[in-house]
Amino acid sequence: MTLPLALTVCGTSGSLSTPPGPTAGQTPEPAELVVLAASSLTDAFGELAETLPKQASFAGVRILMGFGASTQLRVQLEQGAPADVFESADAAQMELAVRAGLIKGTPNVFARNRLTVIVPRENRAGIASLADLARPGVKVVTTARDVPIGGYTLQTLSKLAADPQYGSGFDARVLANVVSEEANVRQIVAKVQLGEADAGFVYASDITARISADVRTLEIPERYQAPAEHVIGVTRSVRAPVLAQRFIDHVLAPAGQALLKRHGFLTLA
Amino acid sequence: MQTGIGWRALGAVAATLVVVVLAVPLAALLWRALEGGALGPALGSQLVAQALQLSLLTSAASLTFALLCGTPLAYGLARWTFPGRGLVDALVDVPVVLPPAVAGIALLMAFGRRGVLGAPLAEVGISLAFTPWAVVLAQCFVAAPFYVRAARTGFAGVDRDLEGAARVDGASPLAVFRHVTVPLALPSLLTGAVLCWARALGEFGATIMFAGSFRGRTQTMPLAIYAALESDLGATLALSTILVVVSVTMLAVARYVTRRSASEWRFW
Repeated sequence: MTLPLALTVCGTSGSLSTPPGPTAGQTPEPAELVVLAASSLTDAFGELAETLPKQASFAGVRILMGFGASTQLRVQLEQGAPADVFESADAAQMELAVRAGLIKGTPNVFARNRLTVIVPRENRAGIASLADLARPGVKVVTTARDVPIGGYTLQTLSKLAADPQYGSGFDARVLANVVSEEANVRQIVAKVQLGEADAGFVYASDITARISADVRTLEIPERYQAPAEHVIGVTRSVRAPVLAQRFIDHVLAPAGQALLKRHGFLTLA
Repeated sequence: MQTGIGWRALGAVAATLVVVVLAVPLAALLWRALEGGALGPALGSQLVAQALQLSLLTSAASLTFALLCGTPLAYGLARWTFPGRGLVDALVDVPVVLPPAVAGIALLMAFGRRGVLGAPLAEVGISLAFTPWAVVLAQCFVAAPFYVRAARTGFAGVDRDLEGAARVDGASPLAVFRHVTVPLALPSLLTGAVLCWARALGEFGATIMFAGSFRGRTQTMPLAIYAALESDLGATLALSTILVVVSVTMLAVARYVTRRSASEWRFW
């Protein structure tokens, strides 16, 4: 499912130089920006929350981040959670938010991601290739199918099953090995890192410096990849519209893209 | 008198606030569950049926463990002196005040595949993680202390002279335990059992961290409520309604039991 998302790569250049604060004839904006973002953005956006307030355009602004499964965040938004910016790890959850009238304007795709398989460092299940994931007894963890990573995993599995090398029924055999549907992608990472699970599909960007020593990675070739997109938009209930747009502009601008790239995301350029 | 009335009014407002905080969420839950007409179909859904079945089975297993192993422990703590008794006594109280998320991590460190006991178990091919046994273990950790505490108090309150009289009349120690001690302590034992079962049924934090969440295997009712919130609000409301009804029923049973005098309970 894809959205006709406008890929506006640069924002209104004028707004970047305007300091936050009251504009003539308008109610003053609160010096607080609330961002709800997919758990895969925990590190990248976490860094933004710390570093952006040091820049002139966000001086004195408190950036609050809420991370979770995009599905969970969308439900929170529906239930009236106060947020200025919503980021989803897939177009489907963003589209549901748009249809529910929760998003102002058109959301932007700002990054893409690759799926990869991680196994614990000791790899007791002896997983050497993607084909091993279908071996009976291998403990695979994923999420519910509505959570973006769970949906992408299903897409990748059906692409693998369409390849005679893996054979039809490959997806069903891997899914029969699923022992737990975790709440979000970072919980999958944790279960593999702890060695509880034998394997899990995660985003390439989830293998952070803190994780990389504890897990091994199996690359998924390009032809089996699901089109994982990260989408961001201003909420209808926004209380700091100028700051919200400025945040999105920053994420789309070269500095923001460089930060995302450093965190393992595929950037737009 | 003027100030007296003022304080009383303030007290009434404060008390009403507490009642509102307690009553409104429950009433809102039941109202939302009933108004949409989604309750009926949701009650028959596979998600709800599987979660209900798993919750009943695992909580029954946990309660059985608490009764079989917790009764001797409670009796020992109430009656015997042994080295480390104070420590064991305190240990039984810890899970009651411990946040369930901490219980989940502790269980992972002990019984996880890299855990202190989990690693040797994994060597011989026993892996608890992601199985219903992990759910039962999590429930036992957090819920069994509720039974042991109540039973300990119950055994400690039994009049030793009555037991002594039975012994003088020739009853064996086991007969005294069955026919004198247990009947006299029964209100405490039953209250403890009800609390233990209720806590096991409601267990969430330790279960989701230690056992994971999979339909029909480890996804108990509280976990199913959490999972379904993102996709199926009807199922969430149905599951929550069932748990409210079950909880209130158990509370009523516990209250009824504690009000009956010990002499009215003779099962043997």
